[in-house]
Amino acid sequence: MNAFMKILETLDYGPAPEDSSIVETWLKKHGKGFGHFIGGAFTKPGKSFAVINPATGEEIARVTQGTKSDVDAAVRAARIAQPEWGSLSGHERAKHLYALARHVQQRSRFLAVLETIGNGKPIRESRDIDIPLVARHFYHHAGWAEILEDEFPGSNPHGVCGQVIPWNFPLLMLAWKVAPALAAGNTVVLKPAEYTPLTALAFAEIARETGLPPGVLNIVTGDGETGAALVAHEGIDKVAFTGSTEVGRIIRRQTAGSGKALTLELGGKSPFIVFADADLDAAAEGVVDSIWFNQGEVCCAGSRVLVAESVAARFEELLRRRLTKLRTGDPLQKSTDVGAIVHPIQLERIRKLVEEGVKEGAVLHQAPCPDGCFFPPTLVTNVHPASILCSEEIFGPVVTLTPFRTPADAVALANNTRYGLAASVWSENISLATDIAAKVKAGVVWINCANIFDAGAGFGGYRESGFGREGGREGMAAYLKVPAPAAKKTEEALPALDPTPSEPIAGGSIDRTAKLYVGGKQTRPESGYCYTVAGANGPVGLTGFGNRKDIRNAVEAAHKAADWGVQTGHNRAQVLYYLAENLSARASEFEQRLKSFGQSAASARLEVETAMHRIFWYAAQADKYDGAVHATKSSHVTLAMNEPIGVIGIACPAGFPLLGFVSLVLPAIAMGNRVVAVPSQTHPLAATDLYQVIDTSDVPGGVVNIVTGAREALVKTLSEHDGVDALWYFGTKEGARVVEEASAGNLKQTWTEDGAARNWAATEGQGRLFLARATQVKNIWLPYGE
Amino acid sequence: MNAEASAAAKTALTGPISASNRRRNPGTALRLEMFKGHPANRRAAERRVAILTTGRSVKKEWQAAWLVNAVRCIDLTTLAGDDTAARVARLCAKARQPLAPHIVEGLGIENMGLTTGAVCVYPTMVAHAAKALAGTAISVASVATGFPTGLMPLRLRLEEVRYAVEEGADEIDIVITREHVLNGNWSALYDELCAMREACGGAHMKAILATGDLQTLRNVYAASMVAMQAGADFIKTSTGKEGVNATLPVGLIMVRALRDYHEETGGRVGFKPAGGMRSSKDALNWQFLMMEEMGREWLEPDLFRLGASSMLGDIERQLEHFVTGRYAASSRHAIA
Repeated sequence: MNAFMKILETLDYGPAPEDSSIVETWLKKHGKGFGHFIGGAFTKPGKSFAVINPATGEEIARVTQGTKSDVDAAVRAARIAQPEWGSLSGHERAKHLYALARHVQQRSRFLAVLETIGNGKPIRESRDIDIPLVARHFYHHAGWAEILEDEFPGSNPHGVCGQVIPWNFPLLMLAWKVAPALAAGNTVVLKPAEYTPLTALAFAEIARETGLPPGVLNIVTGDGETGAALVAHEGIDKVAFTGSTEVGRIIRRQTAGSGKALTLELGGKSPFIVFADADLDAAAEGVVDSIWFNQGEVCCAGSRVLVAESVAARFEELLRRRLTKLRTGDPLQKSTDVGAIVHPIQLERIRKLVEEGVKEGAVLHQAPCPDGCFFPPTLVTNVHPASILCSEEIFGPVVTLTPFRTPADAVALANNTRYGLAASVWSENISLATDIAAKVKAGVVWINCANIFDAGAGFGGYRESGFGREGGREGMAAYLKVPAPAAKKTEEALPALDPTPSEPIAGGSIDRTAKLYVGGKQTRPESGYCYTVAGANGPVGLTGFGNRKDIRNAVEAAHKAADWGVQTGHNRAQVLYYLAENLSARASEFEQRLKSFGQSAASARLEVETAMHRIFWYAAQADKYDGAVHATKSSHVTLAMNEPIGVIGIACPAGFPLLGFVSLVLPAIAMGNRVVAVPSQTHPLAATDLYQVIDTSDVPGGVVNIVTGAREALVKTLSEHDGVDALWYFGTKEGARVVEEASAGNLKQTWTEDGAARNWAATEGQGRLFLARATQVKNIWLPYGE
Repeated sequence: MNAEASAAAKTALTGPISASNRRRNPGTALRLEMFKGHPANRRAAERRVAILTTGRSVKKEWQAAWLVNAVRCIDLTTLAGDDTAARVARLCAKARQPLAPHIVEGLGIENMGLTTGAVCVYPTMVAHAAKALAGTAISVASVATGFPTGLMPLRLRLEEVRYAVEEGADEIDIVITREHVLNGNWSALYDELCAMREACGGAHMKAILATGDLQTLRNVYAASMVAMQAGADFIKTSTGKEGVNATLPVGLIMVRALRDYHEETGGRVGFKPAGGMRSSKDALNWQFLMMEEMGREWLEPDLFRLGASSMLGDIERQLEHFVTGRYAASSRHAIA
């Protein structure tokens, strides 16, 4: 039989290599090494390190290790360029972004081949997914630049953005960071990943080709130290990072108290939930798209398959059979499904985790795989939620399979993770699928699909998967800032509290004791101590000296009140209107209380009246601050839903004892959050008076919890608490730093401000800004079509 | 490839194989549980085939081999009002010698005896085809049962099947009553198909589902399953006359149905996309679908056919390019 007949017999696919000669020529042209791209020009190569093609192990280029002074130079260039870039009309910036989009498109094959050589991903993916999405992202944001002033009135760019991106989608992550930053009028210093800097450098050439003004985009290559220098640089106004949760936490701590804006896109261990009524064949392909896409090096990869027990055996069989069809190998081959792992170090990490899993009893089912920097697509069975392979992000083509019994069981397993980036839900029952989509804690939920991306939809996580969104309106907002009020005189450190008896207390005939308010009950502080609240003319009362145990109890109570978040906005509005009604009935009493703290009658009246007004305003918003349907792909509905963040810790400013509390607590609970609030440490009695009003207004127990005491100590406990999802702090600069640093533990979202900055009685004391802070956007993708 | 498939491929490649050489699908009782409520998600199916067609690529001799295999699987078809004896004879001549001699020589497959899988015609053309194909192993396939709509009394449709068989057809491409599917009248569909299968006698029954009329993928899956349960030896997408003909998402669902049927009953059923396929790229894509979803065994003419006419011309041009390195003009190749 001749060779041709042999092929005919087996019908092998044979070699179908993508021609890489043009990219090789380009690399050869840069054979002396790449410098940084700073101020519109490439610097001379400095001390360099090798870039490896992971599929072959060969050195393909040398790039410069960015030093502190390189970062200085880049930030300086960005700083110099920013005022002019930021003051260009939106239309002018749009033209630049449009040109970037066009040039990416025209250079698309070059970029795809380079991406595959540098990263190891299959050419099909870089050609059909990465690069088209890069172009789409620049087009989309050219549009935002054009209409920015109309769509985001009163917003400004942050200034200079320091951006650090990962190696899994090197150019796409650049696009996600650079496009919105430039559209908003920021300038950028970007550090590509150590393993995969080449497409960023090629993009710099393209930017130069399009005539992007010097200094608007700067690229500094290097390792983690270069990234750390960039993030820490004083000249940076906004830090955006995509990468591991571990490094995200370090950055959170590092930037604490710096005043830099921060968005983090971190790790995930996303659930992939298959119900019995799903199209199982489609779901099996969904698993391929989830975890055997991009070698599983995907932060939002569906890496935990949860499958209804009744179809678990069948689904496992489908997956095992599907595995045998996956072709792992040379990523430049057009018939390759799974390419090379980005670097031997990453390969080693995957191997180690899988070995540990096997020691725990996990059973592996693997596809064939060549030698070299490759890892076989792997299905893992006989694993449990406690297994290392179910809890740790592997960042490799490894997926676990776990059966569940009921929808509730599926949700419990899905949410049994520190992360909350994405989820994929498979069911042909729309009621079930949407119910689960609502209950899963994830920033992106794909129904009957997986890993679908579009520049028009927001992407980003809940919980330890980070905060901030990229893409869509919500992503654009992350690169803009609404000018925050500044204090004429900043809030000073509060005096230490004295829990010992004081001077005679002025007041009515019957002694009134302010307690803490936890879980709908007035409770004594765990410490058994109280402190004296000062008034204009001596002490005016005692209040509980709350401690960390009271915080613990309050957070627990807040968690138990989770039903508040799933009630309709209308229901919440009714409760809040009722709250205003009951406050109004006792307005004079509250005015008296404020006067006792030394406020004038007029200011006391204004504060109480504004409080009632404000409660009405947030009651009105409860059923109106709703989401959007993003225009993304055809035959897909992409729902952007505003969801409550969960449990929010709130530290109130010292001033405006009533209004400070009301202005912060109301937006939070109007959106469905539960709060643990530390009222004005100086004058907490206006807030504690309010719990009686709350009590009589049908606010369910646990929705509002009040713990009085030493603000900074209480708020530190709140910041460290892993069960608190966000923290708002209005106090001192040092307090803000502590809050931001301590919040790194579970990467809770923080909002910190000088407690004296905002005039709570004025319009700046309320608004959509507060509602945006009180919500996070969940994007639900729902393909349709029978 | 397993041993059985390998053996099948070997025998197949040494000479043309008639579908009638193979074990037939015995069918089963009507088993609703095998398809009722079976979901088929359209967008997911579209995504799957999109990746199938962009994620597999064959070049050079591999591409040539895949195209030669496609030729083996073609049901070279003419189903037009102006068909005549001479027209059918011409088609049969092309079926016997689908590629120009210099291409066959260039590929080194002179000893293979390459032909198309079958010729497919209207019943009154069967005799002409049988005569023109005498002495070859090329099957004569005839459409029947009131093709293309099937809206004739059952008695006449069965009579038409018997007529075509008597005229010498080896395979009968019947059409189903779409109304039975649209109304979920599965037993009526099953009974009718069983009667047709009986009328086919020794000829193989290929059931055309007219998926363009069935519209939903759930309908396609259910109709596929009923046809197989009724003993269809092939399930076929389209008559070529519906508004939408063979599409890959529909093909994917039909192939999954025949896989499920095979797993459940052991019966092997073939698949024939038909209508609207014109290019070599189409020929490759449909074969990729079969290879990825079913494996090598389902790329033999006894389990896979491409119902096409102009596709062969494009394949011939591509193969000429492979052999000569120059782009070809169709005017230099014999037309069907």
